[in-house]
Amino acid sequence: MSANLAAILYLASGILFILALRGLSSPETARQGNLFGMAGMAIAVVTTLLAVNLDGASMALIIGGVVIGGGLGAVVARRIPMTAMPQLVAAFHSLVGMAAVLVAAAALYAPEAFGIANAVGDLKQLSLFELALGTAIGAITFSGSVIAFAKLNGNMSGAPILLPARHSINIGIGVAIAVMIAFLMASGGDNKTAFWIITILAFVLGVTLIIPIGGADMPVVVSMLNSYSGWAAAALGFTLENTALLVTGALVGSSGAILSYIMCKGMNRSFISVILGGFGEDGSAAANAGPQGTAKQGSAEDAAFVMKNAGKVIIVPGYGMAVAQAQHALKEMGDLLKAEGVDVSYAIHPVAGRMPGHMNVLLAEANVPYDEVFELEDINSDFSNADVAFVIGANDVTNPAAEDDPSSPIYGMPVLQVWKARTVFFVKRSLGSGYAGVENPLFFRDNTMMLLGDAKKMTEEINKSMG
Amino acid sequence: MEAVDPTIFRLAIFVLAVFVGYYVVWSVTPALHTPLMAVTNAISSVIIVGALLAATAGVGGPDAAADGGAGFSRIAGTLAIILASVNIFGGFLVTQRMLAMYKKKDK
Repeated sequence: MSANLAAILYLASGILFILALRGLSSPETARQGNLFGMAGMAIAVVTTLLAVNLDGASMALIIGGVVIGGGLGAVVARRIPMTAMPQLVAAFHSLVGMAAVLVAAAALYAPEAFGIANAVGDLKQLSLFELALGTAIGAITFSGSVIAFAKLNGNMSGAPILLPARHSINIGIGVAIAVMIAFLMASGGDNKTAFWIITILAFVLGVTLIIPIGGADMPVVVSMLNSYSGWAAAALGFTLENTALLVTGALVGSSGAILSYIMCKGMNRSFISVILGGFGEDGSAAANAGPQGTAKQGSAEDAAFVMKNAGKVIIVPGYGMAVAQAQHALKEMGDLLKAEGVDVSYAIHPVAGRMPGHMNVLLAEANVPYDEVFELEDINSDFSNADVAFVIGANDVTNPAAEDDPSSPIYGMPVLQVWKARTVFFVKRSLGSGYAGVENPLFFRDNTMMLLGDAKKMTEEINKSMG
Repeated sequence: MEAVDPTIFRLAIFVLAVFVGYYVVWSVTPALHTPLMAVTNAISSVIIVGALLAATAGVGGPDAAADGGAGFSRIAGTLAIILASVNIFGGFLVTQRMLAMYKKKDK
């Protein structure tokens, strides 16, 4: 295949990837978009296979690799529970990062295979810079995602781990990576040790960057690593002079960056403060020692009675719903209420759950129609004419202190104004504080009734009392 | 004037693609942010093109077996193919599975 034709086909696959993301602007076009994405990938792979020299051995390796990897991926995609999606995405990010490291290493050792060697078989300075950057970002993505995975999957505590002088350590490692990149370039690519030092330092940096970030900030971390995996791909796109990789890297990089921005805005925190870590650990707990006042406790029967006789109920799901796998019971409750003529809708805070859109996927899994599910800015004004706000597994995102207590660590964060509803039901395991370690004064208000217990069991009991 | 380095053209494509990404991603509905992450995962595994090049290093060349660099490249490339394939199949299929769940109110 001619190089020009190949370049045009890579461009086509880049365009198909753009269309894949474009499709996600609405659930109706999203499925078609996903097919465009698959087509783009198929074109890129077939184009590459037609452009390279193949012999029996390499063909066997490629097919074997695709069968093993693809089979594993397909099985995981089919079996993974929707509640585990944040972990899965983190794991996928780590694989992209590792693949980037491997490809960068291969390009360094065998530049002629990539058609990027100069007359004497060496790499250009610029290519060296690009592939060093690619391996560095790829390695950070890999180890950072492994840590994020461990935190999300519960293999590691979600609490921030604060190393002494962690900022100096990170800056030191960053500088060392830059110096090693200079060494690698100065050696014209002969200094392979420099390449491996860059990679190892970047692995360490990925760990030290992510361990101080607490569980509640995971939506930002996952989005950020998504972005990194894109930039790593883009850096290698420059090295390999491949348009499909360049375009994809740019798309994924900006996509992750925008998601990080949306998540930070949802928490009213700056990106920098999230990256520096330590949130949910310092000071806040000491400021509010012990609960203030008494909370009213209710039973499932009370909740069932009030909601059955309500005109409008807004359900606010949070991470606790995901942990308890309560989405199906919740959907059943919604159906029972609708059968009683109650208007039911769902309100989703941008940072509810552990990744962007986490709650939406879980509700969709439980067959909740997506046009009953609303984002914060679309539904916040409706709480004042709702009879019941049913908060299940959410806490910080409903905390009125974010609006009226300037001393609160989450002051300024946009929150769902559930307290404006006539009655608030709070399904929660205990009266403890949320992930941010902040006390929620809502628990002690007159129109709040706490339903203490497991989210799923409580919802099922409500359903029983209603039936 | 001297000829423009091809890298500059690639830079131009890259910068324009960042802008395209910016506008396209802002138009993604927040309800689909999780599928967005899954599908971006899948498409960033287009890095498999690099892995394929690496896995076929030295094939048909004069230094097919003799070159240690090519041997290393093939091993690294094959590993990268496995990793990227997990992502491609896993990413697209899990996205498809998620998207199939989004339904409108029953008509």
